[in-house]
Amino acid sequence: MPAVSKGDGMRGLAVFISDIRNCKSKEAEIKRINKELANIRSKFKGDKALDGYSKKKYVCKLLFIFLLGHDIDFGHMEAVNLLSSNKYTEKQIGYLFISVLVNSNSELIRLINNAIKNDLSSRNPTFMCLALHCIANVGSREMAEAFAGEIPRILVAGDTMDSVKQSAALCLLRLYKTSPDLVLMGEWTSRVVHLLNDQHMGVVTAAISLITCLSQKNPDEFKTCVSLAVSRLSRDYTYYFVPAPWLSCKLLRLLQCYPPPEDGAVKGRLVECLETILNKAQEPPKSKKVQHSNAKNAILFEAISLIIHYDSEPNLLVRACNQLGQFLQHRETNLRYLALESMCTLASSEFSHEAVKTHIETVINALKTERDVSVRQRAADLLYAMCDRSNAKQIVAEMLSYLETADYSIREEMVLKVAILAEKYAVDYSWYVDTILNLIRIAGDYVSEEVWYRVIQIVINRDDVQGYAAKTVFEALQAPACHENMVKVGGYILGEFGNLIAGDPRSSPLVQFNLLHSKFHLCSVPTRALLLSAYIKFINLFPETKSTIQEVLRSDSQIRNSDVELQQRAVEYLKLSSIASTDVLATVLEEMPPFPERESSILAKLKKKKGPGAVSVNELEEGKREGGELNGGGERGADNSNMAASNASTPSPSADLLGLRAGPPVNAAAPSAGSLLVDVFSEAGANDDGFLRDLEPPTESSDSLLAEGPGDSDSAPPSVVSEDPAAPLPESNELLNKFVCKNNGVLFENQLLQIGIKSEYRQNLGRMYLFYGNKTSVQFLTFTTTVTCPGELQSHILFMCTFKKLNVQAKPVEPLIEGGAQVQQVINIECLGDFCDAPLLNIKFRYGGALQNFSLKLPVTINKFFQPTEMASNDFFQRWKQLSQPQQEAQKIFKASHGMDTEVIKAKLLGLGMALLENVDPNPENFVCAGVIQTKAQQVGSLLRLEPNSQAQMYRLTVRSSKDTVSQRLCELLAEQF
Amino acid sequence: MLGDHSNYLVLVQVVLPLSPVQIRFILIQNRAGKTRLAKWYMQFDDDEKQKLIEEVHAVVTVRDAKHTNFVEFRNFKIIYRRYAGLYFCICVDVTDNNLAYLEAIHNFVEVLNEYFHNVCELDLVFNFYKVYTVVDEMFLAGEIRETSQTKVLKQLLMLQSLE
Repeated sequence: MPAVSKGDGMRGLAVFISDIRNCKSKEAEIKRINKELANIRSKFKGDKALDGYSKKKYVCKLLFIFLLGHDIDFGHMEAVNLLSSNKYTEKQIGYLFISVLVNSNSELIRLINNAIKNDLSSRNPTFMCLALHCIANVGSREMAEAFAGEIPRILVAGDTMDSVKQSAALCLLRLYKTSPDLVLMGEWTSRVVHLLNDQHMGVVTAAISLITCLSQKNPDEFKTCVSLAVSRLSRDYTYYFVPAPWLSCKLLRLLQCYPPPEDGAVKGRLVECLETILNKAQEPPKSKKVQHSNAKNAILFEAISLIIHYDSEPNLLVRACNQLGQFLQHRETNLRYLALESMCTLASSEFSHEAVKTHIETVINALKTERDVSVRQRAADLLYAMCDRSNAKQIVAEMLSYLETADYSIREEMVLKVAILAEKYAVDYSWYVDTILNLIRIAGDYVSEEVWYRVIQIVINRDDVQGYAAKTVFEALQAPACHENMVKVGGYILGEFGNLIAGDPRSSPLVQFNLLHSKFHLCSVPTRALLLSAYIKFINLFPETKSTIQEVLRSDSQIRNSDVELQQRAVEYLKLSSIASTDVLATVLEEMPPFPERESSILAKLKKKKGPGAVSVNELEEGKREGGELNGGGERGADNSNMAASNASTPSPSADLLGLRAGPPVNAAAPSAGSLLVDVFSEAGANDDGFLRDLEPPTESSDSLLAEGPGDSDSAPPSVVSEDPAAPLPESNELLNKFVCKNNGVLFENQLLQIGIKSEYRQNLGRMYLFYGNKTSVQFLTFTTTVTCPGELQSHILFMCTFKKLNVQAKPVEPLIEGGAQVQQVINIECLGDFCDAPLLNIKFRYGGALQNFSLKLPVTINKFFQPTEMASNDFFQRWKQLSQPQQEAQKIFKASHGMDTEVIKAKLLGLGMALLENVDPNPENFVCAGVIQTKAQQVGSLLRLEPNSQAQMYRLTVRSSKDTVSQRLCELLAEQF
Repeated sequence: MLGDHSNYLVLVQVVLPLSPVQIRFILIQNRAGKTRLAKWYMQFDDDEKQKLIEEVHAVVTVRDAKHTNFVEFRNFKIIYRRYAGLYFCICVDVTDNNLAYLEAIHNFVEVLNEYFHNVCELDLVFNFYKVYTVVDEMFLAGEIRETSQTKVLKQLLMLQSLE
């Protein structure tokens, strides 16, 4: 029997555990357990009152049985009773039972609040800690309601024991994360921040977690923590000769919530600390133990994260890079892995990009030789991150050769990366085409649709590469076994540009056709459909192939094919080729127009795969820029839209030739000869995930803000949830106020869901992107959102909502959000007249069977439609005087609820959307602004004057505008901001 | 103007660090997959817990000493270390500091070792209710609470002396 359990243990429990361990079979175990359950039940039900010890023992046995995986349906009351015991061991078992079982029985929580309350006020530190740990472990909303007021008091009280403070800090953190609305820090803020100065290292360690979380949400209120953290960083117990490693890591992480310190002295001290950390990495180890080096390097990596986060100290960035370079060859796999991972972020900094590149050979070697696939994965990530024009060819070649033997788990991602790099850094397009075709040859199965769509987009948009592409693909198709994706690309490209190589007798039209057709029977239906479209294009390109192709189309295997799509194509193409004149054929089967400019579909795919955070902004911007070059710039896109417009006006009788289902809006809007071919191919794609839909997501293509009635959104998922939309959450007004002066940020967050928002406005139009992030690991089912405008607003703002997932390629699926995934919704807004109430956003979904239903106010406020107006001092006062009718002015005098920092005020006023006029007001302390609110019906000029009185900590705000309702509303909105 | 779709990605980066807690769960399992401690810092239902336990076991046991002590796991990562026949696993955010948690495991094991005088798997079985106390002293609400072995042990001995 283990040492500690002697004397203090519960003998009966130890015997029971031994019995269970001695059971030879599952049946025997169940039998023993049932016997014990019967025994305990009879004890609990018996007439004789149980003493504390027995109660504790039986509850503990029940807990053990539960942990073995059996259901427990009694004993909860006995556990609750234990909480009121005066003995620690009894109380502890009671609390433990509740913390562990609470998931399965939330009724319990209500029963224990009283006991917790008593323990919290007991002044016995041991009991207080037990109660706090229970709250921290359970962390339910009921508990937050009961204790969120009490815990901050315990945390900052002078006479609280250190260990209680530690627990209180983390307990509060848990409640804050569960129910941020209930934890009001206001008056405690500065005392909590000052816990960073506490003598007791453990208190600091716990408090930093709380402060980090709070300052992520309210950076301004907590910003004094920066200087405190810096000074704490430079002070110290040791773990394997390293001073306070976890504390240091947490401090460095807290600093990553903020930009570099503005105060020169603080910054100087911090840089010194960071240098010391980098220096220590070079010192000989003080111990051979791995714990020593791990502790030291934990701090080092955290310091490097901070250096990367600041991204402003070239010297430190390069030193960090050199240090990581040493780790790349370290014998510890952990360090090699972490160095590769860290370097990935360094590669995106302009200061260290070059330094990272010098390690290319080591990284390539890692890709080839590392045993652990996750290390190879990091090496591939790093190669991708360090790639630029100068080394693209080498890196792409290495990645391609690695692909031949790469692990299955990372192939698809590797393929995407190669495809993206090839596109991004293509200087000559023949290299690009070669690379992609090689990719299809080596790893055809892993080449997703997006990759071959993209090569076609690019070939279509670049006429200088078309001939080369046709030639190369023709050669590739000659391989005896070639991947179906190659046939797809080949069919498409030869159908469009086969004429460019037809002059060579080795690739004459018939040779081309026969080559393609030799693959036909090995291919799946979607590919065959694509090939049939290529054949009809051949008839147009090469009249001499007409009879051969008609023969093929006429054969039973085509014209009587059991697949309705193939049959229909064969019939219609055959008919088209026999009745249409050459002119009509030439028009109908014209070369594909260039594709409009847009984000690379493969980049979107990679993003989806890696989670949206994975692709750095740099990369995307660059991708866009470079993608732009590759696609031949924006003018082609413009050509295309002109064409679509002219086509729209010439309806053609052949539009319905193919009996298409209703296509995406852009096609439906232009039923014309030109769009016929678009449709042909979109149909081909529709069978395999929507080729054109992919290239041209319908939601993006309609630039006009269609005025659709609210709630009328055609693409909103069918409402499965029948419950009425909930009333707006109590905090929604506050949330709305947060966004008066800014357009982006987190609108809402609870345990399950985070809603991010980004919006942009111009004149009377706006577009808002909502990002719904599933924070759990479980799917949200029947996710539905509805936007409605309360009464008066309805006539003033019109919404068109389109629900669009980040993966535009997805087949129409159930409206669900995978665990950890994010879904995007676009909302277009048009302001028709001035308004007061914000539109409501109702969200419903099922999480683990429970319906979630709540509403928020969308932060659309009248000031979003401001156009700033610059004017000189005398103009301002002249207009001010013109707006002198009493109802045109609204005024408020109010207390400052935040600091009265001039820069902050300025930033907020700018965020409001008006022009901030300098040197206008005779009193330099005052702020004046001017702007015009743009609605469809009218323009409302508005002037504003804000007079701070820093002695009284008060403001006087005056707004004058040509419309009384606007003055009122602006005044209300703004009074909440300062 | 409104068609610029590259921009929203900037936001995605801001929004995504969804980190309600640092540590999602702590698991101690033996090589056969028997759980010796499961401490959850996120709400999971019982089936989900069982699934996680099995998945972690499958992911961790196939790795050898030449591999890293880190494994990507769903949206998170597992930081683990093996002591004799026991795997100590901590599940954290992908952005969290690997080495700090790796050493937090070791620190925890050293405390257990001291507390149980040469800890072995059986100690954790027979004294499962005490292991929870040790965990709560060192980790709370998914955060590191106390790291000083001296302080933790002193507190544990004090509690041990209470009735």
